[in-house]
Amino acid sequence: MVKGRFTAAEKEMKLLFNYIIFPGFLFSAVIGLISGWVDRKVTARVQWRVGPPWYQNFIDIIKLLGKEIIVPQGSKITFLLSPLFGLLSAVLVATILGNAFISPLEGFIGDIIVVLYLLVIPAISIIIGAFSSRNCLASVGASREMKLILAYELPFILAIIVVLIKSAGALQIGSIINYQINFGSHLSSPSGALAFIVAMLCIQAKLDFVPFDMSEAEQEIMGGTLIEYSGLPLAIFKLTKAILLYTLPLLLISLFWANEIGVWALIGKYILLLVIIVLVKNTNPRMRIDQTIKFFWGPVTVVVTIALILALFGL
Amino acid sequence: MSHKVVIPIGPYHPLQEEPEFFRLYVDGERVIDVDIVIGYLHRGIEKLAESKHFDQVTFLVERICGICSTSHPFAYVNAVEDLAKIQVPERALYIRTIIAELERIHSHLLWLGLAGHFIGYNTVWMWAWKYREPILDCFEMISGNRNHYAMMKIGGVRRDIRDQDILPLNKTLDELTRALEMFRGVVMDDPVIQSRLKGVGILTKKQALEWSVVGPTARASGLSIDVRKDDPYGVYDKVSWNVIVEKEGDVFAKTVVRILEMQESISIIRQCLEKMPKGKIDADIKDIPVGEGIGRVEAPRGECFHYVRSDGTNRPIRHKVRAPSFMNVASNKIAAVGGTISDAAITLAAVDPCYCCTERTIVIDRPTDKKIMNGWDLIKLSQQKTEQLKKTHNL
Repeated sequence: MVKGRFTAAEKEMKLLFNYIIFPGFLFSAVIGLISGWVDRKVTARVQWRVGPPWYQNFIDIIKLLGKEIIVPQGSKITFLLSPLFGLLSAVLVATILGNAFISPLEGFIGDIIVVLYLLVIPAISIIIGAFSSRNCLASVGASREMKLILAYELPFILAIIVVLIKSAGALQIGSIINYQINFGSHLSSPSGALAFIVAMLCIQAKLDFVPFDMSEAEQEIMGGTLIEYSGLPLAIFKLTKAILLYTLPLLLISLFWANEIGVWALIGKYILLLVIIVLVKNTNPRMRIDQTIKFFWGPVTVVVTIALILALFGL
Repeated sequence: MSHKVVIPIGPYHPLQEEPEFFRLYVDGERVIDVDIVIGYLHRGIEKLAESKHFDQVTFLVERICGICSTSHPFAYVNAVEDLAKIQVPERALYIRTIIAELERIHSHLLWLGLAGHFIGYNTVWMWAWKYREPILDCFEMISGNRNHYAMMKIGGVRRDIRDQDILPLNKTLDELTRALEMFRGVVMDDPVIQSRLKGVGILTKKQALEWSVVGPTARASGLSIDVRKDDPYGVYDKVSWNVIVEKEGDVFAKTVVRILEMQESISIIRQCLEKMPKGKIDADIKDIPVGEGIGRVEAPRGECFHYVRSDGTNRPIRHKVRAPSFMNVASNKIAAVGGTISDAAITLAAVDPCYCCTERTIVIDRPTDKKIMNGWDLIKLSQQKTEQLKKTHNL
């Protein structure tokens, strides 16, 4: 009995370690901030600029930590807590996903569904925070973000259902990865490739990157949802975005392209996806929110439906 | 949702570099009304011009705006030459035309970059400004300055374009021609840009006439007006070029007009460099007689108008400036209404507003008392202030 309790405590310690250090908060934040640097560097090179040094995003966060926190009148608790919820759920996703890569068989059944839910929470926390700041520009941004979630969630979930069908109904990220190690990546099949393209577009929107950055649109609504945030809460939002920048491409790799999951293969695939995302970001103007909804509910949903039908026929 | 929300664009806003204030009344995302408040940049230049002698005013009006820094002096010297009936040497006219057209290219490239920035396309912004840089280098090569070239002078130009400058100038134009071809492809054929700009901020031909818009804003609405053709100055009547006119009146048409105008400008500069005769560049003017004169110049943003009256002394007794943005900014009241906030942002920028050019007079529009001040009131105020200062300092 004593030995059993000791193991349970050990397990809890391991979970805590997983959540806080590796592959959770600390690891994903560091990788995310370095990815943010890759984003800025590639952007700069595309635009004939030099770009910042690799530690730029770290000192940005440190600088924000030292800044004054200005809280607008209104619901202060909501305003200050919403960034935290966004961060916690993003870290949870990073942990679940990281564990799935380290030990694919240790996850729980249905973790992919949990991940889908958790991935919406950062966006929702931004919306709640923006509305609680009572700024008219922030509420325009928040309403855009809300429409954006409605626009991309449907095709994103459909694209993941394609993966679930192709992995013989597995509801566990670990078993989806195992399936691909054994039977080849989903990306190599027509339905998988179509779903992958759709999922790439959706994570572009999830990351609030151009052409889907209308909720922040600095030239129209001056940063929109984030306009009232400063200091620590802003740093937390930036950190959340950095963690998502690490997590979302990794999620796509695990779902579509996990035939080879050695460390170097993962790094190569991740950087490739990251650069594609950054290039899309830099070769498009910002779309309007109504155009975005039409885009996601129209052509994108049609494409992912075709992928779904192909997957049902086993292609 | 029926209650109106005011979205402020300004007085300080990342959309535009200068202080201005657009009150957008929105219903959801739709803009239902726009209030335009300008007057944050009034510097009293007309009044200041009355205290400088004629040659100094050339430099003063150059400081009206950093981007049209040749258009204003050009219009001013045209006005003074009209007043004094001065015959300007042919070579000086050619040099003036070259400088004015180079300025048009750099201004349009600047706008193109900003327009890209305003729709979130920062790559276009950086690229357009990258290709603008060689033009500024040309200015530096010719005049020694990147932005305020100080080339205009009553009766001529201040500096010659040397023979050794012509080769690098032509080379820059070659590079620019290629870059413009690229921009035509990148900007005009991009489906996403088209979906953002086409049908946005439409100003019909009738509205353009009613609101008296000028320059590319008018030409994009199907009005074929261009001072360079209608009332030629410089040597615009001696080179062949076309007025670019588009019919749609939307932001996309304004973009197209500007891109194509840059190509026309390149052709004008090439012809000028070829035809430029040898000879004097200055008519050596000594006195300005009594009289009044006007000067019109097609600035990059439209017609720039200067009026000068002289009483025979060495200072203008009255100097009046009307910048093109003054006419164009007001048309936003029509163009921006009905679109979304995203559309409004690019529509407001599409007239290429230049507030520091515009603000010659200040109009105070307080909701309580509609007190509107004109230029004369300001001059009187300013004179009273001078009297007060004199009294306090016992002058």
